[in-house]
Amino acid sequence: MSHEFEPRIVVLCCNWCTYAGADLAGTSRMKYAHNVRLVRVMCSGRVDPAFVLRAFQDGADGVLIAGCHPGDCHYINGNLKTLRRYPALETMVAQFGIEPDRMRLEWISAAEGDVFVRVVNEMTEQVRALGPLDWKRRAAVVDRNESHTAG
Amino acid sequence: MGEERKAPKKLQLAMYWAASCGGCDMAVLDVNEKILDIAAVADIRLWPIAMDYKYKDIDTWADGEIDVCLFNGAVRNNEQLHLARLLRRKSKVMVAFGSCASFGGIPGLANLHCKRTIFEAVYGYTASTVNPEGTTPQTHTHVPEGDLHIPEFFDDVYSLAQVIPVEYYVPGCQPTPDSVMTAVNAIVSGNLPPVGSTIGIGKSVCDECKRTKSDKPKIAAFHRPQEILTDPDKCLLEQGLTCMGSATRGGCGSLCPSVNMPCRGCYGPLPNSLDVGADALSAMTSIVDAAEEGDARTKVGKLADPLGTFYRFTLPVSMLRRVPKSMGG
Repeated sequence: MSHEFEPRIVVLCCNWCTYAGADLAGTSRMKYAHNVRLVRVMCSGRVDPAFVLRAFQDGADGVLIAGCHPGDCHYINGNLKTLRRYPALETMVAQFGIEPDRMRLEWISAAEGDVFVRVVNEMTEQVRALGPLDWKRRAAVVDRNESHTAG
Repeated sequence: MGEERKAPKKLQLAMYWAASCGGCDMAVLDVNEKILDIAAVADIRLWPIAMDYKYKDIDTWADGEIDVCLFNGAVRNNEQLHLARLLRRKSKVMVAFGSCASFGGIPGLANLHCKRTIFEAVYGYTASTVNPEGTTPQTHTHVPEGDLHIPEFFDDVYSLAQVIPVEYYVPGCQPTPDSVMTAVNAIVSGNLPPVGSTIGIGKSVCDECKRTKSDKPKIAAFHRPQEILTDPDKCLLEQGLTCMGSATRGGCGSLCPSVNMPCRGCYGPLPNSLDVGADALSAMTSIVDAAEEGDARTKVGKLADPLGTFYRFTLPVSMLRRVPKSMGG
C-alpha cells in the first residue's frame, strides 16, 4: 500500500509571541499546512538542542524553532541565547548528514499570524520535497545485542 | 583428620582490551606501587597486555568463574564481539572500563563513516598508502598452507553496553589512578553502587576546576589552544577555548584545565544528561558575546567542528549516534 508522504514537522514555539501568533492565525481563520505539531515552551531560550535532536531521532522530518523577535523577549534575552546557539546547532545537524532545510529558526510575533502561516507552509513544502528523514531506519544497525537493549 | 583450612578466596580478576589504544591498561599500571595491593587481594586471570594467555584458556573457565572483568575498548569487529560475549558469560560483574568501553570513545568517531568509506581511505587514498592492486582485508583467505581468518570489520562502533549487559562504568581516557583505585576499592570491599552506575562522582569538571569563573561570562571569540596565550587563573571557556568541563563528569580532578588545556570531555555525560553534545553546545554558545544574528554567526562559526568537539568521546551513545550510510556516512 502506498500513500503520499506527509511531512511531520515539530514546531517548538515560545508562549509569548509565536504561540500567540499561531493562535491569531487560527482565530483569523487562516489556513496552514496540517503537518505541524506545536510544542509550546515558555521561551525559545528553553529549547535545549537535545529537544531538536530527539525530535529528529524520534521521527520528525523537520524542526522549526520560533520565538519573539530579538529585543522583544518576555524574559529580556532568552531568545538571544537561541540566536547564539542556532548557528552551531545548524552546523552540527548538517555534520550528521541532515539537510539544512529540515531545521529552521524564525522570529514570529503575536501579531504575525500571517508570517506563521507563510513559514509553516514554506517549510512543509521544502521538507516534502526532501522526503522522509526516517532517522531510525537510516541510522539503524545490525543488532548485535543478544540479550539486552541498550539505552 | 581435621578439615583443611582454606585460604580466603582471592578476587578473580580479568582485564581485556578491544578497540582501544592500551591507555586503559597503562592506567592500571599508573597506580604504581598500589598494583601490589591489588595483586595481594586479587588473582589476575587475564590481562593480554601484560601476561601471556590464549583464548582457549578462557574457554576452560566455568561460567561465572571470574568475579570482575574490566573490559576496555569499544567493539567494532566480530573478534571483539565474541570476546565481549565470552567474558560476559565467564564474569559475575562486567565493568566498562575507560571511555571507549563506556561511550565508544575516540574510535566511536568512526561512526561518521562506514566500513566501505573507511577502507577506501585507509587502503586507498591516504598520503602514505601504496596499494596499486587495491587490496583490502578479507575475512577468509586461502593460501597453500591452509585457510586464514581475520575478524570481520563492522560498519558501526559500539559501546560495550550496546552489545552485552554491563554492571558498572569507569569512564576516562584514560581513567586516572584515583578513579582506578576508587573502582578497585569499591569492588574489593563489595561496597558497590546500584547496577548500571558509574563508579565516580556526579559533579562536573567545572566543579573541580580551580580557575576563577565570572558570574555572567561572555565569550568574545572562539580560539584553538595553540592560537592564544591563556591566563593561567581564568576560566578557559571564558577565554574562548572550547572547554567541555561544564558538560562533563568530573573525577579526573580537572586534570586538563589545570595544565592549560581545555577539557575534552573524556569522562562523558553528567548524570541525567539527555545528550552530552546538546549540553556542551548549549553551554558554550549561549554565552557568546553577540546580540544579533550576523555577529552570532561569525563568532560561533569560529567553532570549527561542533560534532567532533562535542561528541569527541561519546558519538556511539549520543542521540543521533552516527551519520547514516545513506547520508554520506
